[in-house]
Amino acid sequence: MSFNDILVMRQEIVLLVIIVLMIIMEIAIPQNKKAGIVHLSIFLFGLHTVIGFFVIDDKSLFGGMYRTTEMIHFFKNILNIGVFIILLQSAQWVKNNLISEHRGTEYFTLLFSSLLGMYFMLSAGDFLMFYLGLELSTLPVAALAAFEVSQRKSSEAGIKLILSAALASGITLFGISLLYATSSSIYFETVSENILNNNLTILGFILFFAGLSFKISLVPFHFWTADVYEGAPIGIASYLSVISKGAAVFILMVLLFTVLKPLMQVWDKLIYVIAIATMFTGNLFALRQQNMKRFLAFSSIAQAGFILLGLLIGNQLGAATVIYFVLIYIFSNLAAFGVVQAISTQTGKESMTDYEGLYRTNPNLSLVMMLALFSLAGIPPVAGFFGKFFLFTAAASEGYYMLVFIGVVNVTISLYYYLLVVRAMFLRKNENPIPFFKNDLYMRLGLLITVAGILVLGIYSPLYEYIYELSNLIN
Amino acid sequence: MSIDYIFAIPLVPLTLFLLLGILYKRIKPSVSGYIGVLGLLSSTVLSFVAAYQYFFVHGKVNGVYESMVSSTVWMNFTPTLHIDMGILIDPISVMMLIVVSVVSLMVHIYSRGYMKGDEGYTKFFAFLSLFTFSMYGLVLATNLFQIYIFWELVGVSSYLLIGYYYTKGTAVAAAKKAFIVTRFADLGFLIGILIIGYYTGTYDFQTLTDPEGSAILNWGATSFMGLSVITWALILIFMGGAGKSAMFPLHIWLPDAMEGPTPVSALIHAATMVVAGVFLVARLFPMFYFVENGFALNIVAYVGAFSALFAAIIAITQTDIKRVLAYSTMSQLGYMMLALGVSGYDGHEGVGYMASMFHLFTHAMFKALLFLGAGSVIHAVHSNLLKDMGGLRRYMPITNITFLIAAMAIAGVPPLAGFWSKDEILVAAYEHHKLLYFVAVFVAGLTAFYIFRIYFGIFWGKETAYAHPPKESPLSMTFPLIVLAVLSATVGFVPFSEFVTADNVGFEAHINYPLAAIATLTGLIGILLAWAFYKKTSTLPDTYARTFGSFYKWAYHKFYMDEVYLFVTRKILFRQVSERIAKFDKKYVDGTMIGIGNKTVLTSTKIKGLQSGRVQDYAYGFVVGVVVLALVFIYLWTN
Repeated sequence: MSFNDILVMRQEIVLLVIIVLMIIMEIAIPQNKKAGIVHLSIFLFGLHTVIGFFVIDDKSLFGGMYRTTEMIHFFKNILNIGVFIILLQSAQWVKNNLISEHRGTEYFTLLFSSLLGMYFMLSAGDFLMFYLGLELSTLPVAALAAFEVSQRKSSEAGIKLILSAALASGITLFGISLLYATSSSIYFETVSENILNNNLTILGFILFFAGLSFKISLVPFHFWTADVYEGAPIGIASYLSVISKGAAVFILMVLLFTVLKPLMQVWDKLIYVIAIATMFTGNLFALRQQNMKRFLAFSSIAQAGFILLGLLIGNQLGAATVIYFVLIYIFSNLAAFGVVQAISTQTGKESMTDYEGLYRTNPNLSLVMMLALFSLAGIPPVAGFFGKFFLFTAAASEGYYMLVFIGVVNVTISLYYYLLVVRAMFLRKNENPIPFFKNDLYMRLGLLITVAGILVLGIYSPLYEYIYELSNLIN
Repeated sequence: MSIDYIFAIPLVPLTLFLLLGILYKRIKPSVSGYIGVLGLLSSTVLSFVAAYQYFFVHGKVNGVYESMVSSTVWMNFTPTLHIDMGILIDPISVMMLIVVSVVSLMVHIYSRGYMKGDEGYTKFFAFLSLFTFSMYGLVLATNLFQIYIFWELVGVSSYLLIGYYYTKGTAVAAAKKAFIVTRFADLGFLIGILIIGYYTGTYDFQTLTDPEGSAILNWGATSFMGLSVITWALILIFMGGAGKSAMFPLHIWLPDAMEGPTPVSALIHAATMVVAGVFLVARLFPMFYFVENGFALNIVAYVGAFSALFAAIIAITQTDIKRVLAYSTMSQLGYMMLALGVSGYDGHEGVGYMASMFHLFTHAMFKALLFLGAGSVIHAVHSNLLKDMGGLRRYMPITNITFLIAAMAIAGVPPLAGFWSKDEILVAAYEHHKLLYFVAVFVAGLTAFYIFRIYFGIFWGKETAYAHPPKESPLSMTFPLIVLAVLSATVGFVPFSEFVTADNVGFEAHINYPLAAIATLTGLIGILLAWAFYKKTSTLPDTYARTFGSFYKWAYHKFYMDEVYLFVTRKILFRQVSERIAKFDKKYVDGTMIGIGNKTVLTSTKIKGLQSGRVQDYAYGFVVGVVVLALVFIYLWTN
């Protein structure tokens, strides 16, 4: 293996270097200048994001344990952009709450470690590597969820996440063992060759699928979501809702479309059922939420249900629409979480009633929130509309009309509760509205990027064409 | 020869609009005025370059003016049906470029003086630029859809400018009225476009208007209620044109639109936007002429003639000078429609088409001048009403002279511009339709009468006791007046028939002396009557008004057209139809939807217990979920 081969792992290596650098800086930077950590980490990660866009050749390393393709590389870049936005949006919060307690570095190193786990998960060439990546991506987040040590709810979130994750991980591992038992290999390529359509395989597959569904919060593996989102720091909640979920969707898609393709007549029914359950559960629960974080938690469950419509059809079109939808979802959801983050950091308010009359005092934030919610609801001409539209057309093209109809019904329900927030901000009057405040530069940049994404991604057709080309690599 | 530089002509005002619109509050009014004028000046220069290049250098191939197109596909429906965006250069579009540029430039210069001190000065110029951009886009459009897009854009800018004094209730009402009435007409236009697209498979003007093309030759393929569908489409398209060009009965918005600032009236409601309807018919002229032997074209002729007469009668009785001019505009537009309606296609047969375009061209100059002159007067005496004016010739000599030139031009006094174009129209009418010819001659007399009625009323007659002695307007306002006066006097000498003709082959037009003499004589009688009535204060007008009695009253109240509309909409549509539908909607449609909504919320409350908050329950749910799924897939849904 030459030096050039190692460079194929550039994304992982650079991120690892950043993590190590951060730890060294923690020691090197004097106590009174710790705030510099925030700028440094944002700078370094921004650099990493930019570097990520350089092309990496398709390659397989370590006897097939690690591999990278243009599509996997693209996934990592999407995750990078998402994490970068989260860093920008949570910078103020980190400065206010963590720096004085000397825990700033911890926050960043844990976050980056989790991301590193996702890289390995995405690049995995066998189930072992995949499992290691999965664990590395989950454990730091559990620590981060419990990061606000003074808050009871935050500790609760941490405990609930780690317990649920432990269960899910155990079940995943059991599923992998059964798959190994029937195919006598853990390498994806060999597994897909040897896989049989027998009961043991199906059981193994369902167990494995349940473990990943936990990360995507599909019903009935979603129970942890609302409690954890509510208790965790907002940056972490948004990380869970877009990055963690996005990565899991990507890897699930790759596995379903390649390794587990022979089981398609099992998993298309499975996904059909789960999609319906997930859409209805997410939407019906979201209807009544008053806390913005819980509200967004259920909304993100419902969105995951929509994603399944694209997964279901199992071809290039399905893959392209899923990737495209996730990309748009990342921008839309981060915009919504960004506004919640900004308001919570400045005023500590997180309830929907607090948002009443927001437009009068903070028109810009309200507009960003409105755009984000419109995009989540799928109102043209913002990007979310195109995301949903393509998903539905993809499902319809394979004849799943009933499912598309159920999807449209659910979009209508979701429209209702998204507009509840818009109504609160724009139409309701409030004696005691959130006062006007100015965000720091990072937050503004973070929101600006998301808004640009929401406005441009849907209309910029070369992007979709590029994604469609990429999706070809799956088959 | 590349025509791509012509793209710059519309792009300049678009840039100005964005620039002024974005910098609205940060830019000094004087600066924005200069920017606007300079921008328009560059567009005007380019337009003249384009006209020179087209008419004298590149346009003519073997004696025929060829159309030139530069466009890209914007939206694709089928391999043949697509919407393009681009520019189409042919005689009428180049002519319209000149008209729009010249008038718009003059109005820009004029507005610097007229709008001075107004709060929204920059906004005003931004809107003017938006309008100019849209109008350029309209005249350069290569296909029906593009023209429709810009058609609506000029509608929007007209709406914005009519309602410019948005604190004034009447202005807001007028803006709404104009928008709604023209939108209603545009509905017909849109349906017409869709029919054409469906049956001919193209929106492209060149393909549609090719006399040998399939769109025209196959008009008989499908018929509906005794007429070809293409004829129906053309009638619907003409409905759109009639809305914009204020043809009876869709004219009711134009007089009210005078609530806008006077320069706007000059630009939009006299010279450019209102001729869009005429332009549209001219653009599709071969279709109108060839399809079903010109059935739709006859409708154009009758509607035009009736509107011309109808408006001229009303114009005589109005006391607001801007409203007189508004009805005069409507009347002259009717004239142009009439000319198109009686036109043939080949060679000298197409004299009506040529005359219509010619009249459009000359009318733009002298009508803009009349409006700007009226604006100058209004600026001086702060009133629109004839009774507040009189004897102004001593105070405002430049306005007086220029207004007189314009009035003589519209009355058809030789050798001013209106004489030449009107003569051609009368020739066309005489050759093709005697009845319409007599209508046209009569209208010519009425025109001379009402225009000199206000001329004498404003500048002669009794001298009103003015609170402040009126002053001549500043140079920024008188300069455009002078330029337009020179143009009004001279553009009649342009050998129009060599450039703009129905079949794009030039012919030589001759003055028909007997007809010209009759027309001139009628005009002079009108002027003399006006002189007798209004030169000095006299009781003569009142006596005659009494003689005509109820007819006069009807005309004064514009034949109660507004009341008719209100009756139809309020009493019949709202009460009889809308209210019943609304009731049904509320009771059954809403009822069902609200029921579903309530059920959904109820379900949401019921399932609340599932999310208990206890992590043991979550794990239980997780495991049960896995087991149930596994059992289902292994024992029930096995293959």
